[in-house]
Amino acid sequence: MNIEDIKKPENIIYKKTPILTDTVMHYCPGCSHGTVHKLVAEVIEEMGIQQDVIGISPVGCSVFAYNYLKIDWQQAAHGRAPALATATKRLNPEKYVFTYQGDGDLASIGTAEIIHACSRGENIVVIFINNGIYGMTGGQMAPTTLLGMKTATTPYGRDAKLNGFPLVLAPMIAQLDGTAFITRQAVHTAPAARKAKAAIRKAFEYSQKGIGLSFVEIVATCNSGWKMSPVAANKWMVENMFPKYPLGDIKDVLKAE
Amino acid sequence: MAFKGAIDVDTRKCKGCSVCVDNCPTKSIQLSKLVNSKGYHYAEMIGDACIGCTNCAIVCPDSVITVYRVKI
Amino acid sequence: MAEKILMKGNEAIAISAIRNGADGYFGYPITPQSEVMETLMKEKPWETTGMVVLQAESETSSINMVYGGACTGKKVMTSSSSPGISLMCEGLSYLAGSELPCLIVNVMRGGPGLGTIQPSQSDYNQCVKGGGHGDYHSIVLAPASAQDMYDFVDWGFDLAFKWRTPVIILADGIIGQMMEKVELREMKPRRTKEELIAAAPWATTGKTPDRDYNFITSLALESDFQEAFNLKLKDKYQKIEQEEVKYSEYMTEDAEYLFVAFGCSSRICEATVDELRAQGIKVGLLRPITLFPFPTGRIAELSKQVKSMMSIELNMGQMVEDVRLACNGACPVGFYGRLGGNIYTPNEIEEAFKKFNNLK
Repeated sequence: MNIEDIKKPENIIYKKTPILTDTVMHYCPGCSHGTVHKLVAEVIEEMGIQQDVIGISPVGCSVFAYNYLKIDWQQAAHGRAPALATATKRLNPEKYVFTYQGDGDLASIGTAEIIHACSRGENIVVIFINNGIYGMTGGQMAPTTLLGMKTATTPYGRDAKLNGFPLVLAPMIAQLDGTAFITRQAVHTAPAARKAKAAIRKAFEYSQKGIGLSFVEIVATCNSGWKMSPVAANKWMVENMFPKYPLGDIKDVLKAE
Repeated sequence: MAFKGAIDVDTRKCKGCSVCVDNCPTKSIQLSKLVNSKGYHYAEMIGDACIGCTNCAIVCPDSVITVYRVKI
Repeated sequence: MAEKILMKGNEAIAISAIRNGADGYFGYPITPQSEVMETLMKEKPWETTGMVVLQAESETSSINMVYGGACTGKKVMTSSSSPGISLMCEGLSYLAGSELPCLIVNVMRGGPGLGTIQPSQSDYNQCVKGGGHGDYHSIVLAPASAQDMYDFVDWGFDLAFKWRTPVIILADGIIGQMMEKVELREMKPRRTKEELIAAAPWATTGKTPDRDYNFITSLALESDFQEAFNLKLKDKYQKIEQEEVKYSEYMTEDAEYLFVAFGCSSRICEATVDELRAQGIKVGLLRPITLFPFPTGRIAELSKQVKSMMSIELNMGQMVEDVRLACNGACPVGFYGRLGGNIYTPNEIEEAFKKFNNLK
């Protein structure tokens, strides 16, 4: 059987989900954002909830998420997405409401908003992209930047005495009674991406059970900010980010029962 | 049961990040010698070892890969 | 006859919100307006009209909850006092930049900084001129009674949706805390889903097959796009200035002198007008009810009729600048104010008036 015989419409087993727009993403080659966008879009398609989803995009590289998924979007001020999501969900409890936030947005300027949304047990989904750097503004230190990691504002490497320690948020919010599901995933390999997608789906499903906030952290790369090729960045992430931010479920209230 | 696969790449949109190349278990993808209108060396299928596992497509940040598979 | 109940201005805001079909209130405690949320929590409207009430972790968060709720086309509101409004200014700018309708109540206290919890009108510039960054205005309504507090909630929501803009009710600690009889108007139900979509087709209500997806953002990276948006806002503000100016006049017909005062100050000035009239001095009062849009045209007309004007405000002199601009040199414009929660008496204003006009 030659290649042209295989390439027939009836043999398609994977193609771009129609939830994604045809707009070429502005992200750098190899950026994890594109992969996570796709996984969220696929979950929305597979659950058949396009009419019932409201997304909230942050400030940061993914501010333009609203250009890429054909769902209704709100774009929040820096760090405030969980506040928008809180009101959106409480006023529209039948909708699936999610925020999509980076580490600067969620773990720095938006710490009050995320912690109190978790504490109140808002029935929302939070997708948290942790790549240890500010991408949009040009590669400055993020709260999650590793010690020793070079960024535009830590040109000699992050020094705990000068810059403090990396903020590890997921275990902190796992202690709050209002959170239902907290997991840390990655999308650098196909098995990792499949697990991340399953976690995102679970988070969306949990958000309609009235059991509290679901939080999916994606340990991600910023190859431009890290000044590496996409493949090298994935390798660096495995070797350096994963020891500080290990993958796996941190909390699942339904599993515990 | 064995499978035989193939991929189509939307070469206009591919940014040549090569994450798919790295994730292909059968070494069936390479970056092209030619470039697209944005100047990227896009991904292209090589040989006939593809098994249609979809690994390349699921890790593709720009969702430019369509995967075909048949049972043989 | 409609029911009249004795209540504080702050309570009137809360009761009116429930009775006028508000969908949500998001707030944070601060003196002197905490009765708004306290009354809402006591009334439990979620059990009757379905209105959502939530205490946020900060004013920053409550204004962003308002932003989120407004995106979905709901009638949402918050209330606060001066320092809290400062925190909300980021959100206010985003609301204006995204053209979102909502209602914000500012029960002013003295500043700057933590200031005093006593009444003040010193947020005039902050609320009327913008407050947050960027070229924008909010519609600003100035109540002078508990009844106004009640009535302006419904009016404010109507204006907010008509113009897709934030509306501020700019009250002060006196109006918020003062108890007066308030007539409860006929109840308005909350909007149905169909009514909401008809009133706000732009809202993020979930993408249905019959329309493209909606997104709400204030981001405009390209210069031409940003400029076009700014000009669109300018055009909107000009239309608001043409259509929505509201003021009241007291004894201006034959006035030779004029007071300009808003909110509680206008009520004190009425007593001064009565006293001066009894002395044979022909004084009138113009009370701007909308501060943006400002009654520039009417003040300009009166500036050709009167010998002088005085702006009476509980601040160091803020609205007086707009009065002077309106007069454009046609008559002298004076100012008298008190600060820090001190309130002028009608006699004190009378003295200041006579001093300014060299009268005995």
